[in-house]
Amino acid sequence: MTEAFFKVEGLNTWFFTRAGVIKSVRDVSFDLRPGEVLGIAGESGSGKSVTGMSIMGQIDEPGKIVSGSIRLNGEELTALSFEQMRRVRGKRIAMVFQNPLMTLNPVMRVRDQMYEAIGEHEHASHAEMRERSIEALRAVGIPSPEERLAAYPHELSGGMRQRVVIATALLNGPDMIIADEPTTALDVTIQAQIIYQMRRQIDERGLGMIWITHDLATLSELADRIMVMYAGARMEIGTTAEIIGTPRHPYTRKLLESVPSRNVPGQKLRQIQGSMPSLLMLGEGCPFASRCERATDICRHTLIEQEFSPTHRVWCHHPHEA
Amino acid sequence: MGAPAVEAPVFEARDLTRIFEPARGPLRRLSDRMAHREPERVRAVDRVSLAVRQGETLGIVGESGCGKSTLARMMAGILPVSSGERRFKGESYESLLARRRDALKVQMVFQDPLSSLNPRLKVGEIVGEAPVLHGIVPRSRARDYVAETLERVGLPADTIGRYPHQFSGGQRQRVGIARALAVEPELLICDEAVAALDVSVQAQIINLLIDIKRASGLSMVFISHDLGLIRHLCDRVAVMYLGRVVELADTEELFAAPAHPYTQMLLAGMPKISLERRQFMPIQGEIPSPLHPPAGCHFHPRCPIATAHCSTTRPELRPIRPGQVHACLNAPAG
Repeated sequence: MTEAFFKVEGLNTWFFTRAGVIKSVRDVSFDLRPGEVLGIAGESGSGKSVTGMSIMGQIDEPGKIVSGSIRLNGEELTALSFEQMRRVRGKRIAMVFQNPLMTLNPVMRVRDQMYEAIGEHEHASHAEMRERSIEALRAVGIPSPEERLAAYPHELSGGMRQRVVIATALLNGPDMIIADEPTTALDVTIQAQIIYQMRRQIDERGLGMIWITHDLATLSELADRIMVMYAGARMEIGTTAEIIGTPRHPYTRKLLESVPSRNVPGQKLRQIQGSMPSLLMLGEGCPFASRCERATDICRHTLIEQEFSPTHRVWCHHPHEA
Repeated sequence: MGAPAVEAPVFEARDLTRIFEPARGPLRRLSDRMAHREPERVRAVDRVSLAVRQGETLGIVGESGCGKSTLARMMAGILPVSSGERRFKGESYESLLARRRDALKVQMVFQDPLSSLNPRLKVGEIVGEAPVLHGIVPRSRARDYVAETLERVGLPADTIGRYPHQFSGGQRQRVGIARALAVEPELLICDEAVAALDVSVQAQIINLLIDIKRASGLSMVFISHDLGLIRHLCDRVAVMYLGRVVELADTEELFAAPAHPYTQMLLAGMPKISLERRQFMPIQGEIPSPLHPPAGCHFHPRCPIATAHCSTTRPELRPIRPGQVHACLNAPAG
C-alpha cells in the first residue's frame, strides 16, 4: 500500500454564534493515498461538508478551525496565510460542488472561466491554455470540446455543466479533489456517466479524492474507504467492504438497513427513531446515544475508539458483532 | 396490495397533453408572424394515457424534464390540460372541479414543504382552513379536528400554534401531508415528497405514507426519480421519457424484466448497495432538450437497439405480457 500524502488530525471546526458554540466538526482524523477515493457519508448536520470546507481553508466568520492539523505532502495547511492558501486552492486541491450553476459564472464563456483557472496559478500562452482546456474537457467525456469552449453555462445541460466544473478542477493537475455531493442533483443515467469519468481520472492520474455524500449506494460502488459521520463526529471508518459488509456501529447499520432495497417491498422500512440532536446541546458522550437501541449510561458520558482491523475503527461502546 | 382491476379506476387519463408556450408580447407575436416563425413550444406531457386503480399506489418515474411533475399537476387538477381527458371515478374533471367540495378529492403533497406551506399561517390554520371552509367540520370543532389530523401524521397536538419555519424538514413534510389528509381525499399525489429529506427522515415519512394507506385505503400516485423508493412503495410503475410513457408494468415485472431499452438503462444506472466495486459503463448521449425532442421515438439517439424506423415512427404503447405495456418498436413482444 502506498503512503498517505494527505493527513487530517484532530480537526475541530466550531462556529461561534449568538446562540452558542456549534461544534460542527469534532476531533476528526483521516488520511488519503494517491489513487484512493475516501467517501465521507452522513446526513445534514453531520459535519461532512464543513470538513471539506475546512480542508479548503474556507471557513468564514463566525466559524473557526479551533484545533487540528491538515497536512498535504507534509506541509501544514492550517499554518498558511490567505495568500499562500490561494495558491493551494485550485492548484493542488480542487473542489467540486453539488450545483454547477452556482460554481460557474453565468456571464462568462466556458473558455474564459477555464483560462482564468489556469492564469490564476501560472503564465501560459493563449494557445497553451486552449489546448489544456480542450484536453481536460475531452478527459471528462465532453463531445466536440472545441465548440463547447465558446458556450455559456446556461447553454449546457446539467450533466455537461458538472463535467465542465470537473474538467476545470483537473486543469492544474491537482494532487487531490474534494467533491461535495457532485452527482446528487443529476439524473441517474448522467450520474453513472460522471462517476465513470471521475473514477477513470483518479485511476489514470493517481489523484486522491474525497467524495462527500449522503448516498451510501453510490459510495459502495465507487469508494475505496468510507468514513461515516454523525453530528460532527466520526462514527466508523473502514474499507468499503468493512463498512458495507460488516458495519459495527449501530448508526451505520441502521442507515444501511433503512435503504429501501434492503427492506421487504411494500412493508414499512426499518427506520431510525427520533432526529439528530441540536449541535448546541452536545455533551462529551456519543451523539447518537439518544437514538440508539444499544445505548447505555456510559454512552451518554464518554466516547471510545475500538479497532477491529488495521483499517476498521469504530467509535462506540457497544459495537455489533461482525 | 393490488386491488382487483374490475372496479372503475379512481383516476383515468386519456391522451393527456400539456403544451407550454413562452409568453409573447404583441411585438414579438407580430415579428414572429412576419418571419413565419413558429413560437417555441414544449410538449411537457405528450398523449399520456394511464389509470390509477382503486386502492393502489402508482409510481411515476423518470429523469428531469420527462414531464412527471406536469402530469402530476394535471392529475391534481391544478394545471389545465392542453388536450385529452381526465376522469375521476368515471366523471370528467370539468364537472368534478365545478363542485368545490368534490374538487378536494384529489390532493397533492409537494417536494418542498417550505415553499408549499404559507409561512405566515400557523399549522392550525394551514391544516384547518380548507375543512372548515368546505364544511367538512364545523368551525367550533376545528381545533380538535386539526389536533386529530396532526396526530395521524405523528405530530404532537401542541404544534398547532407553530409556524412552518419552526419545524424540521421531516416535520414540515408531515404538516404538508396533514394538510392534504384534512379534506378527506380519495387520491393522494406525492410529487418527490421525500426527495429533499435525509435518509433516516425519508424512511420515517415513507413509513407514515404506508401507515396512512393501510388505515384509509387511499389510492396514491408516487412520483419520484428514486427507483429504490418506487420499487418499495408502488404496485405498478409508469416510466416516462421526454413527455411520454415508455413503459408501464407491475412493479415486480418491471424490475425483474424491464422491456423498454430506456427502462433498462435507468435500472442499470441505479446505484445499489453492493460489495463489489461497480464497473461503470459510459452511457452515450445526453437527455435531449424537451424544446426539440428527436423525431419518432424520443429515445432513439441514445438507444442501443434503434433502427432507421425509430427515427420516423412514434411507437405506441403495446402489451407484451399481462400487466406490462411498452412503447418500443424493436423490443421483443412477449
